[in-house]
Amino acid sequence: MHFKARAHERLNDAQLQRNLARIQGKFVQKRREALTELDDVDATRDAGRDIRQRALDNLDVWLEMFERNAAARGATVLWAETPADINRLVLEIAFRHGVKSIIKSKSMVSEESALDHAIEAAGLTVVETDLGEYILQINGYEPPSHIIGPALHKSKEEVSELFARQHGTPRKDDIAALCLEARGVLRRHYLAADMGISGGNFFVAETGSVVLVTNEGNATLATTLPKVHVAISGIEKVVPTLEDVATLMRLLPRSATGQSISNYVDVLSGTKGEGEFHGAEHMYFIVVDSGRTEVLASEVREALRCIRCGACMNHCPVYQNVGGHSYGWVYPGPIGAILTPMYVGLDKARDLPSASTLCNQCGVVCPVRIPLPDLQRKLREKAFERRLGTPGERFALKAWSWLARRPALYGLAARVGVRVLRIMGGRRRMIHRLPFGHGWTDGRDMPAPRGRTFRELHRQRAREARATQPVPPR
Amino acid sequence: MSDDAHGGGIAANADARRAILGRVRAALGVRAGDAACTGDPARDKAARAGDPARDKAARAGDPAREKAAREKVAQDYVAAHAQGPRPAMPEDLVARFAHRVHDMSSTLERIASRDEIPHAVARYIDGLDLPDALAEQRSRLGVCWPDFADLDWDVAGLAIETRPTQGHDRLGITGVFCAIAETGTLVFTSGAATPTASAILPDTHVAVVRESQVVSGMEEAFARVRARHATWPRAINFMSGPSRTGDIEQTIVLGAHGPFRVHVLLLPG
Repeated sequence: MHFKARAHERLNDAQLQRNLARIQGKFVQKRREALTELDDVDATRDAGRDIRQRALDNLDVWLEMFERNAAARGATVLWAETPADINRLVLEIAFRHGVKSIIKSKSMVSEESALDHAIEAAGLTVVETDLGEYILQINGYEPPSHIIGPALHKSKEEVSELFARQHGTPRKDDIAALCLEARGVLRRHYLAADMGISGGNFFVAETGSVVLVTNEGNATLATTLPKVHVAISGIEKVVPTLEDVATLMRLLPRSATGQSISNYVDVLSGTKGEGEFHGAEHMYFIVVDSGRTEVLASEVREALRCIRCGACMNHCPVYQNVGGHSYGWVYPGPIGAILTPMYVGLDKARDLPSASTLCNQCGVVCPVRIPLPDLQRKLREKAFERRLGTPGERFALKAWSWLARRPALYGLAARVGVRVLRIMGGRRRMIHRLPFGHGWTDGRDMPAPRGRTFRELHRQRAREARATQPVPPR
Repeated sequence: MSDDAHGGGIAANADARRAILGRVRAALGVRAGDAACTGDPARDKAARAGDPARDKAARAGDPAREKAAREKVAQDYVAAHAQGPRPAMPEDLVARFAHRVHDMSSTLERIASRDEIPHAVARYIDGLDLPDALAEQRSRLGVCWPDFADLDWDVAGLAIETRPTQGHDRLGITGVFCAIAETGTLVFTSGAATPTASAILPDTHVAVVRESQVVSGMEEAFARVRARHATWPRAINFMSGPSRTGDIEQTIVLGAHGPFRVHVLLLPG
């Protein structure tokens, strides 16, 4: 199933639409407020972009430096070419250390490889500790719909129902009580687990560290208590220095949830020291390619700068209406519309680059200035070149291109079109049904054009300007 | 450390490493700089072919020198520890810290001397306004860091043991490595005398901060770790307020996994 069909289903899902409406806009407003605390937002974003680009431009050198410094502090760096490699390496580590029970803080990369399924298939237990991920796990591994709030598409009633069913406890109607119940269940798992798996917001080349960012503190617990820690992230997540981390941490929480700082930020390097009571005795990094090098070699390489804040999806009018599941894979929203075709194949996600109006809200808010609409346009061109669209789409594009190269004819067609649409709009100036364009009008009404075409208005205003302006002196 | 501990036993990972770094270099249009680096003649050749437009001058040179030059640039960048743009901080960092602690949903009390810590903790516990569901958290049992072992807890009616928590203690009393004025953050570095778990497992966390420990931003915290830790700590944990979640309907709830509340005792000196 492709984006269009999935989005159509979601638009007609009344419960989901109610849930989406409830959360809409909160992150947007909080981000705007939090950014005002920075004296120079634009310069900070420029610095964020430069840090990430610097890392990518010399990626092999930074990765080797990261590996050297990690090894010097007693950690082991392992390399995964494919999603299957990630799962194989995690299981090899688990078996080597006699691990039975695993706790996990959020890792989007492990979603790419469906790691939890592989762990369970091998007969080990794994528990997700991010509250949102935990809710999805006990609901039969429902896929996440947002990279920051994976279960935001669910209402508290749905969560309450789920907890009562899975925990065998009485139904709770208040959110604090639900969180308290999950805390009790997860606390037992934290204390019993012998391995913790985390993602990695950043790998620091200078010190061979992984940086983990959470509000719940679940990554801190999952990496402090068990004797084995495995941190999994993409090769592109390396940054040169701790100062770079400090700069990026001024951008990441503000862009993500509108916080000045996330409640817990952990910089973890190597194994536990002399006399330390807690801390990993064995630490592994799994650095993952799984399509990243292909992106690096492609025309959309800037997408690798992404720091996974989710601002692009929070601000996307399409995402806000269809929700994260419509995008069909791990990463939703504008960044997903680029990464998914690159990681799973453009032929399997051919309509994702078109899941956008190119309004550039995402490009405007991206903290590392990824030109998201430009990249989507490049993928659209690629899809067209590879003849991945339907014959109808190809015909429509060719017809438009034929017309657009004939300005006089184009102007005439536009003038006629605008007037026809205005008549169709009737007195309420809304179009309820559009022939050949039911995708536009199934879920909503299209406002009818009110006046004349852009070119008509332009010409008219130029005339008026000439008439009112004094003649310049010779 | 044995070779085994460095993952020598994990199947054929050197191949994956070579392949990934080879693809990175091919994508960047640079060369390995050392034939032994990839070990695969066909792949080396492909890497060398690279992107012809990328850097003609460098391509004419020696791959090893070219790689060394790129490494030098990276090392120089690291050595400079260049900082990005930063928001201006007021002169009075301690006041800013105290203000930001409240913004992060923590509380703070200034006390005049170290001897006042036990009574201040007892006062704080007594003053907690807890809903029925959390009433048992008003506990006078807890753990503290070795730094505070000598304090007279009994006199304040508290039963505080000096040991790392195992996860069932209601109250954890810790110091900090330093604290950050910009964000109201407490910073911990792992070590034998500074068990971080005592800050994150108990329901209530009380942190003792001295004014001299307050630094401007994350950059100064890192600089202080570089200056004061002979060996780099396993963990640097930045904690800003209680453990919180907004995962159900974006409604903020405190006490997601770690502390429900964080109280800072601020000491002069």
